[in-house]
Amino acid sequence: MKHLLILGGGTAGTMIANRLRRRLDHREWMVIVVDRDDEHHYQPGYLFIPFGGYGADDVVRPRRELLATGVEFLLGEVDRIDAPQSRVVLQDGRQIHYDYLVIASGTTPRPDQTPGMLGPQWHQSIFDFYTLEGAQALAAAWERFDHGQLVVHITEMPIKCPVAPLEFAFLAEASLRRRGLRDRVEIVFVTPLDGAFTRPVASARLGAMLEERKIRVEPDFMVECIDDERQVLVSYDEREVPFDLLVTVPLNMGADFVARSGLGDELNYVPVDKHTFLSAAYDNIFAIGDASDIPASKAGSVAHFSVEIFVENFQQHVRGLPMTHAFDGHANCFVESGDDKALLIDFNYDTEPLPGKYPLPRIGPMSLLQESRANHLGKLAFRHIYWNVLLPGRPVPLPARMSMAGKQNPAEET
Amino acid sequence: MPTTTIDGHTVHVNDEGFLTDPSEWTEPLAESLAAAIGIELTDEHWRAIHFLREDFAREGETATLRRISVVGGIPTKTLFQLFPQKPAKKLAYVAGLPKPHGCV
Repeated sequence: MKHLLILGGGTAGTMIANRLRRRLDHREWMVIVVDRDDEHHYQPGYLFIPFGGYGADDVVRPRRELLATGVEFLLGEVDRIDAPQSRVVLQDGRQIHYDYLVIASGTTPRPDQTPGMLGPQWHQSIFDFYTLEGAQALAAAWERFDHGQLVVHITEMPIKCPVAPLEFAFLAEASLRRRGLRDRVEIVFVTPLDGAFTRPVASARLGAMLEERKIRVEPDFMVECIDDERQVLVSYDEREVPFDLLVTVPLNMGADFVARSGLGDELNYVPVDKHTFLSAAYDNIFAIGDASDIPASKAGSVAHFSVEIFVENFQQHVRGLPMTHAFDGHANCFVESGDDKALLIDFNYDTEPLPGKYPLPRIGPMSLLQESRANHLGKLAFRHIYWNVLLPGRPVPLPARMSMAGKQNPAEET
Repeated sequence: MPTTTIDGHTVHVNDEGFLTDPSEWTEPLAESLAAAIGIELTDEHWRAIHFLREDFAREGETATLRRISVVGGIPTKTLFQLFPQKPAKKLAYVAGLPKPHGCV
């Protein structure tokens, strides 16, 4: 029996297990998923929790129930990967041999990495919304918050779902307006980037949207520490931003066991080939989803498109054949902009987000880089698609590779 | 790609003035590039520049501030003192390397 071992039963790990279980012969292959808990979280749903849109029941399901029959699920905390011996050692001493290993352990917010963040103000005036606990604590604080300075803050790139902090700012602004409190609150968007987003056309568009909403941007801000007594963010170049309510995105890091195994970079991400996800160090290790170091957004859509490419390649690789499918860095993200509208962005390694229509040129129904109600409805519908279509590995009628059809490049038109 | 002449060195640059061919970089050129953005290079600057050049040769990518501090052992605070305001960008500029793309 050959063993395919998958570390992490999140978006990427679950999709890989379910798709490959169907494709690999049951008499030849065991597919095993290891995770430290049995809770699969629909992470895009966290965004709506502070504003009362979703509760825990909407975003959490048992991992076991999402895995296909024939996939073995093991609960356990990984101590380390012993790559030269092709085995994984769990903290309780169990050892699991593998023929092929997929590291799909994602990335995690680490408030412990910024001095002052995880102090007495944590979940008092300082919140994250990338965890269920953080989003729930923030929901309670948001109800009470009625005046002062709201600071939305990104510690350092890369972060998972790089548009989520912008979405939070847009939704917070709309919520304050709805509650008649907009004039009593200053909103500041503090970012280590030189603008609203990472790529120029989208950054200009999203930056203009912040300006329209009177949300001030504090760019190039690399936080050194938080002075929690004075409630200020302090940067390395000694700028200070005071806050009454801080909604921060802590430093994101890959799993600590990746570092303990000597397989990670400075943020515990696994160096891989950006087109095939094969480890730079070992021919039987892959890293997929947020756990890898590919220069793409850390986002569910990237995990989804990556898995489609990987599943085809894996069957070639185990037969000793060259892998003929190449991932292009395709990402596709809804950006909630408040008032029941959203934008959609679609891009890859080489092409930045551009305006246009998606998925059908000129028809849509989604609009790229432009606010519309159809995009918002698409975002809401996606939760159902995630649980019922994407995770089980049913076909989604969206091509894995990005298409230029329907996109317009403003630079080329002028 | 346009070329530009800095203190008698003719090099290929992009529209932001970053060298597009790392092999055209020399130490005297670094002195000129630094002077162009108001920095006089000290031994500490050179330590950071040499780390960035060596790391780029190994990895094929410009190191982020975090990598310079974790792998290169130069604290982020020091980098902000050496290359004020935008250390990642300024350091890459002086070292003749592309801007780090740690921001996806």
